[in-house]
Order: sequence, then C-alpha cells, then structure tokens
Amino acid sequence: MNYKWRKLKNKLFIISLSMAAAICLTPLILVTSFILQKGASSLDLNFFTQLPAPVGDVGGGMMHAILGTIYMVALGSLIAVPLGIIGGIYLSEFGKGGISKALRIATDVMTGIPSIIIGIFAYILLVVPFKTFSALSGAVALSLIILPVVIRSSEEILKLVPNHIREAGLALGLPRWKVILFIIVRGNLSALFTGVMLAVARASGETAPLLFTAFGNMYLSTSPMEPMASLPVQIYTYAISPFEDWQRQSWAGAFVLIMLVIGVNLGARLILNPSAVKEFFKRS
Amino acid sequence: MEVTSNVLEVKNLNAWFGKFQAVKDVSNNYPEKSITAIIGPSGCGKSTYLRCLNRIHEEVPGATLSGKAFLLGKDIFAPGVDPVELRRQIGMVFQKPNPFPALSIFDNVVIGLKLQGEKNKSVLMETAQKCLKKAALWDEVKDKLQKQGTSLSGGQQQRLCIARALAVNPPVLLMDEPTSALDPIASAKIEELMQSLKQEYTVIVVTHNMQQAARVADYTSFFMLGELVEHGSSEVIFTNPKKSKTEDYITGRFG
Repeated sequence: MNYKWRKLKNKLFIISLSMAAAICLTPLILVTSFILQKGASSLDLNFFTQLPAPVGDVGGGMMHAILGTIYMVALGSLIAVPLGIIGGIYLSEFGKGGISKALRIATDVMTGIPSIIIGIFAYILLVVPFKTFSALSGAVALSLIILPVVIRSSEEILKLVPNHIREAGLALGLPRWKVILFIIVRGNLSALFTGVMLAVARASGETAPLLFTAFGNMYLSTSPMEPMASLPVQIYTYAISPFEDWQRQSWAGAFVLIMLVIGVNLGARLILNPSAVKEFFKRS
Repeated sequence: MEVTSNVLEVKNLNAWFGKFQAVKDVSNNYPEKSITAIIGPSGCGKSTYLRCLNRIHEEVPGATLSGKAFLLGKDIFAPGVDPVELRRQIGMVFQKPNPFPALSIFDNVVIGLKLQGEKNKSVLMETAQKCLKKAALWDEVKDKLQKQGTSLSGGQQQRLCIARALAVNPPVLLMDEPTSALDPIASAKIEELMQSLKQEYTVIVVTHNMQQAARVADYTSFFMLGELVEHGSSEVIFTNPKKSKTEDYITGRFG
C-alpha cells in the first residue's frame, strides 16, 4: 500500500514538473513558429541586398538595417565586453572591499534601468553636444545594456571555480595575475563567452535605446557620426506604417533578427569549441 | 650514528586564522629523501601546518603565521623572500584531484614551466614525458596527451597533479591528504608512487589513514589541538609511542 502510494506520488510529481516545463516552453515555441511562418514567407533575396524602395513602391529590402545592427552591436560589444569581463574578474578574484560592494550594487541597478532611460542618457551624452543623431551614440547606449550583464555573469562564472584550483596554480610558483588570466579565465572561456552572448543577444533586439540615439535612416551609412538604421527600429517603423508591403517586410525583419542572433551564437561557439557543437547536432 | 642532512628545519612555527591559533609552536626537521606523515584528529592543524610550509596559508584572508623554517639553510619566512619563488622549491598536491579546466593533459603538466616563460617545445615535451613517467601515468596517457586533463579518472587525475607539481622540480613535495578522495586501488597506486618519489624528493604527507602512514612513512608526527605531540620513526610511533595521547589515538580510543 505504502509502496504503491509512493510510486503514485512520484509519478504525479514527475508529471507536474513536465507540465510546468511544457508551459514554460509554449510561448517560446509559439513566438518562434509564428515569426518563422510569417517571416520566412515574406523573405526574398532583395530583402538582404536592397535598400528600402520609395514610399508607395513595392519591394526593396533592409540591407542597411541588417548592416546597421551588426555595426552598432559590434561597436557596443567592443566597448562593453572587455570592460565587463575585467569588472567580473575584479569582483570574483578581489571583490571583498568597499569598491567592489559599490560596483556590485551599481551593476545590479544598471541591469534594472529601463532601456529607454539608457537611451536618454546616451542622447544627452553624445547626441546633444554633437547636434546629430549618430551610430556612435547608439553603440554607446547598447554598450550600457551589455556592460552590467557581462560583469555579473563573468563574476558568477568565475566564482564557481573552486578555490583549490587557484591554490594549485599558486602552489606551482606562479604569480596571482598569471593564475587568474592563464588558468582561471583561460579555463572558463566558453562559459564566459556564453554570458557575453546572452548580453549581446539582448542588445541586438533592443529598440528603445536606439530610438533617439541612432534614430534610423533609409539609406546605407557607414559613418559613426551619422544616423544609422537598425533592424529593431526598422521593424518598429515598418510595423506601425499603413503600407501592406512595409508590414510584410517588418515580419521578414523580425525573422532575420532572430536568425542573426542564433547564427552569431552558434557560429561563435563553433569557433570557440567545435567539438561541443558537433556533439549537439549528433544528439538531435 | 647516521648522518643525514635536513632539507627543511621548522622552528617554533605558529599559525593563526584571525584570532584563532591553529598551529602552536611546532618545531621539526625533515631529512633529505624521506617521507614524513602527519596524523591527528580532524581540526588539529595538520593541514594548516602543511600549508604554512609553502606559504599558501597566507593567501587566506586574515591568516597569519610566525616562526622560522629553513629550506636548505634559508629562512622561508624572512622578509625578503618572495613566496612565488619559494613555491617553486616546495610543491603541493591537494586533497581533491584538481587538474586545470580546459587544459590538455600535456598542458596541465607543463603549465608551470610554460607560464614561467619556457617556450622551447622539445624541453616542454621532455619534461612532460619525464614527469608523467615519474608519476606512473605515462603508459596510460601517452597516446592521448592532447585530451583534456579532466577527462581522466580520479586516480589518474591525482597522478596528473603530482606530475604537474614535479614539473617545476621542487626538492620538497607537500601532500595534503592525497588519497582521501580516491578508491583503495587508486590509493595504493599513489602510495607506491610515493615510495618511488622518495628516491629524489623529500615528501611530507598529511593523512587520515594511519595504516597508510605506517606503510609509507619513514617518520610520523602526531598532531593534536595545534601542537606537535610526538614525532619519531613510524615504527616507534605505531608500535611503542612514548606519549599516552599518541597511543590513545593510534589504538582508536578517540579521534
């Protein structure tokens, strides 16, 4: 009786957990499949190779926005990722004094700041003094989104390394900085990278910080001191427009944005750790 | 009387964690090419004592020590001594096998040399081979030197860590309960290995396993409450101890 009852409880528990997991996955699957459906059918080669057609004309593409997103996310990462990893190393390896407490609180607060506020900050910092919307101000706004996430994820990852590994490095007669850089950080590169990718993926989809920094435009621009289009802003502009063809392209843009994030993620993993990706595809 | 030179002479060593004194006025000598076991109940300061000897104790926040210890005649606690330099003379093996993550077996062995600036590939290869052979691991890994160190079994990982410590070529090797995380067969291999290391190195090993101390060690120290209660040849300690506390401990009356 007891044994049966226990088995039943066990089953009930597993079933409820599986259901909870399924509920968590449902929105993800719905959103992705919806965008895949709508987006893939709206996609054509022109979308990648052409600039927007004049208002009223059908056709054209979002080449400028795709490149703009890559440009600004790359520039933002270039600013934030090295800083963030250094900050994370500091917090994990030396983080005991007052400075680190302040840094920890500051990063927590920064993670919680609404992205539109970060946009306003970058606007005041870089748009007002130069009197022009610019790709640079957009990149700086994105870097402020990336920075706290990278700091905290790096810290948490490095804190997971057991202390006796650090001691083993010191016991070999190595100075602390070499132990940290070449053993602790080097040994956890792929985990650190995962944290960076999460932050970069989040920044790639941000619209609010770019609305009044990079602003967006309808042609291809490469200057950091000029307004620059980005996929999220372009999607937004097209989605609320009255033109059916623009709305179609908006779906295509959403699809490309998702693919871009997945693609960058997988591609970088492949470079960093080829065997893990092979394993992944073998399993599925 | 037999004349042996002491590699390491410890004089009046005290160690603290904040205000708590973990090691109390310990003095002892370690003859060249010998194995000394340190036994004692948990919390008796034996690990702390061992960790003072390569000055890794000082890396713990709030930890301090006083006293002298002469390695080949030089005081390792003297103000001008760089602990980083010192640790190249006194290697350490830890309780848990801890190969460095994401490094190959080969890199795990030679990383000490590599990060000290050795770039010559044939020197590195030679060292790796020599140290893996000394650690009785070469035959098991010679065909997979580029595999990750963490892919080995626990016992193999511990021998890899021994090879890693040997690669820096220290005359003294400290081992902090090196077999307590291993199964009996892997432990036996490490014990066997310790016997062969004795040909070249002076080994000080902390152990909870009294049979192990009796089997491998030439000398045994018994620690209790931070003090060195008794030290002598293992034969005497385990068959005819002078202090009653030692006898109580080795006969299993407490601890």
